[in-house]
Amino acid sequence: MSTPPRDSVKSWPWRDRVGYYAAWAAGLTLIAVAGAIVIYMAFRGAQYFDLGMLFESPNATLNQSESGGFKDPLIGTTLLLVMSTLIAAPLGVTIAVWLTEYGRPRGLARTVESAVEVVAGTPSIVLAMFGLVFFQQQWLSFLTFSSEGSNVVLGRSFIAAAAMMSLIALPLVVGATREALNSIPGHVREASYALGKTKAATIRRVLLPAARPGIGTGAALGMGRVAGDTAIVVVLLGAVMQIQNGAEGSVFGLFRGLGSTLTSYVYYNSPAGEGLAPEKAYFAAFVLLLIVIVLNFIVTRIARGREPAWTR
Amino acid sequence: MDALKPPEPPREEQDVILTPPPPVRRIVVDREPTVVQPPPSNGHAPQAAPGAIGLASPVRRPEPSPGPKVERMRTESVSISYGDKVAVDDVTLPVRQGEVLALIGPSGCGKTTLLRSLNRLVEITPTAVRGGRITLDGEDIDQMEVTALRRRVSMVFQQPNPFPMSVFDNVAYALREQGSGRPGKEALMSHVGDALVRAGLWDEVGATLDHPALRLSGGQQQRLCIARALAARPEVLLLDEPCSALDPRSTQVIEELILKLRDEVAVVIVTHNMQQALRIADHVGFMYLGELVEYGPAEQVFGDPREARTREYVGGAFG
Repeated sequence: MSTPPRDSVKSWPWRDRVGYYAAWAAGLTLIAVAGAIVIYMAFRGAQYFDLGMLFESPNATLNQSESGGFKDPLIGTTLLLVMSTLIAAPLGVTIAVWLTEYGRPRGLARTVESAVEVVAGTPSIVLAMFGLVFFQQQWLSFLTFSSEGSNVVLGRSFIAAAAMMSLIALPLVVGATREALNSIPGHVREASYALGKTKAATIRRVLLPAARPGIGTGAALGMGRVAGDTAIVVVLLGAVMQIQNGAEGSVFGLFRGLGSTLTSYVYYNSPAGEGLAPEKAYFAAFVLLLIVIVLNFIVTRIARGREPAWTR
Repeated sequence: MDALKPPEPPREEQDVILTPPPPVRRIVVDREPTVVQPPPSNGHAPQAAPGAIGLASPVRRPEPSPGPKVERMRTESVSISYGDKVAVDDVTLPVRQGEVLALIGPSGCGKTTLLRSLNRLVEITPTAVRGGRITLDGEDIDQMEVTALRRRVSMVFQQPNPFPMSVFDNVAYALREQGSGRPGKEALMSHVGDALVRAGLWDEVGATLDHPALRLSGGQQQRLCIARALAARPEVLLLDEPCSALDPRSTQVIEELILKLRDEVAVVIVTHNMQQALRIADHVGFMYLGELVEYGPAEQVFGDPREARTREYVGGAFG
C-alpha cells in the first residue's frame, strides 16, 4: 500500500476549511487561556513567595504583617481531601459494581443511575444548604461543632463538609469505575466462573484489581473537584480561619471542628471577600493551583497505567 | 468470528503451496492454519511448504490412546433454547476420558452452547432454558453444587484471558479460597508447578512466576489458561475454539498438548477448523442447526460420513 498524496487544505470545500481552522483556533485559545492562568498565578506566586506562610496560622487582625499564613487552611484542604475520598471512593466503587455486575431489578438500577446524575448536576452551594439542614438535626449533633455549654446545633464541621464534598466526588468515582468494569470483556468473568468461583469472588479477585486504574482516575478527579470547591467550605466549615477543635483533646474533636481551606482563605483575603491581603490570596491560590495540577498529573499517570488488555 | 472460514483454501492457493514462490509464502504463513492437507479423496500427496511455520508436518492422525476409555460425562436428550430460539435440540453424547471429542459444525449450530451446558455456564444467560439430563460420573450435574461442578469440569475459552495478576496467582486461582483459610504460597507451589508442567509452560515461565500474566505472548497466555484450568485437577476439560486467536506455531503446541492431556482428562473441543478436528479428535460430533447430525470416530466422520449433510460440510460445500 502506498501512501496517498497529501491533499492540501486549500483544495477542501470552504465549509470544511472553516471548520478545520475553527477547530485549530479553539484548541489554541484553550491552550492560551490555561497557559495565561498558570503563568499569571506562577508569576504572582513567585512575587509573593513566602515559604513561612505555609507554617503560620492565620490571625484575625487588620495589620497584615501580623495576620499570619495559611497553615490552617492547608491542613483543612488536606483533611477534607482525605475524609471525602475515604467516603466517596468505597461508596462510589460499591455503587458502580452493583450497577455493572448486578443491576437488578432494572428499575432500581435506572433510578440509581438517575440519582447519581442528579447528584453530579447539583451545584455545590445547593449541596451545602442541604447539608446544613441535614446536620442541624438534633440527633446528629455529635457529628458537628458545638460551642461550650450550648445546645444549639449549628450543623457545621469537617465531617459535615466532607460528607457533602464526597457527593461531589462520588459521580466521578462511579463513572470511572463503571467504565473500567465495562471494558473488561465478558469472557474474563466467565473464565472465573468456569473455575468454580462465585460472582462475589470474581468481583473481588479479578474485576476490582483489573479496574484499579479506573478507580484511581475517578478518585483523583474527584479530589481535584473537592480541593477546588468553595461553597461547601464557606457554608459548612464555618467562617473561621483557624481550626477550632470540636472537643478538646481528642482526634475526633478535630473532625467535629471548624476550619478553613485554601479556597475559602483565598476568597476571604482577596478583594472579593472582606480581607485586604491580595498578595496572600495570590500565593495561596498558587499553592492551590499546584495541588490541583499535581492531582491532575497523578490522574494522567494512573490512566496511562496498565489497564489490562484483553482481546474482546 | 461468526463468518465461517472456508474449510479449505481455494484451489489455486493450494497449488501455490505446493510450489511456493517466495512472496506468496509469507502470506500463506499468516493465514489461518488450514493449509495442511487436502482431504484424502483429493488424491495428491501432502507436501508441506518448506518454511511454513508450524505446519511443516503433514496431518498425522494421532495414535489412539493406549489407556482405557472411561465415560466421564453423558448428555441425555439435552435441549437448550434461548427464548424462542432452539440452540441445541435433543443431543445425546458420551464424553470419555482417554480420547478427544471434537464438536464441529457451522456458526450458530449450537456446539458452543452444548459445550457450555456441560459446566452449566449456559445458566449465566438469563433467557437460556435447558431440558434433558447431563451426568458426570453418573451423577446428575443439576444436583451438584455449581462451583464444585465447575472445578471438576473446567473450561478454556476462545480468547486467552489470564487474570490481571501474576502467572503464579493465575494458576493458583482455582485452588485458593476453597476453604476459609487461604493456603500459603508454599502449599500451592507443587500444584501450580504441576499444572504448568502439564500445560507445557513450565520451561518458559518457571523462573518468572511472579511476572504479570498479561505480558506473556498470546500462545503462552492460552497455555496458561489451560494450566489454570488444570490446576484443580478436573475430570473434564472443555475447550471452546482454543486456537482460533493464535498463530499456527502456538496452535501446533496446543494441539500436541491436548493429545497429551487426553489420558488424564476427558477432553471436549469445539472447533471451526476441520483440519484441527482431523488432527486431534478421536471422536467427532457434527452439529447443524442445533441437531447432532452425526457422531462417530473421526476417521469415519471425515472419511466416510453416513449423513449427506456431514458429507457436504466436511467437503466444504456449505456453511
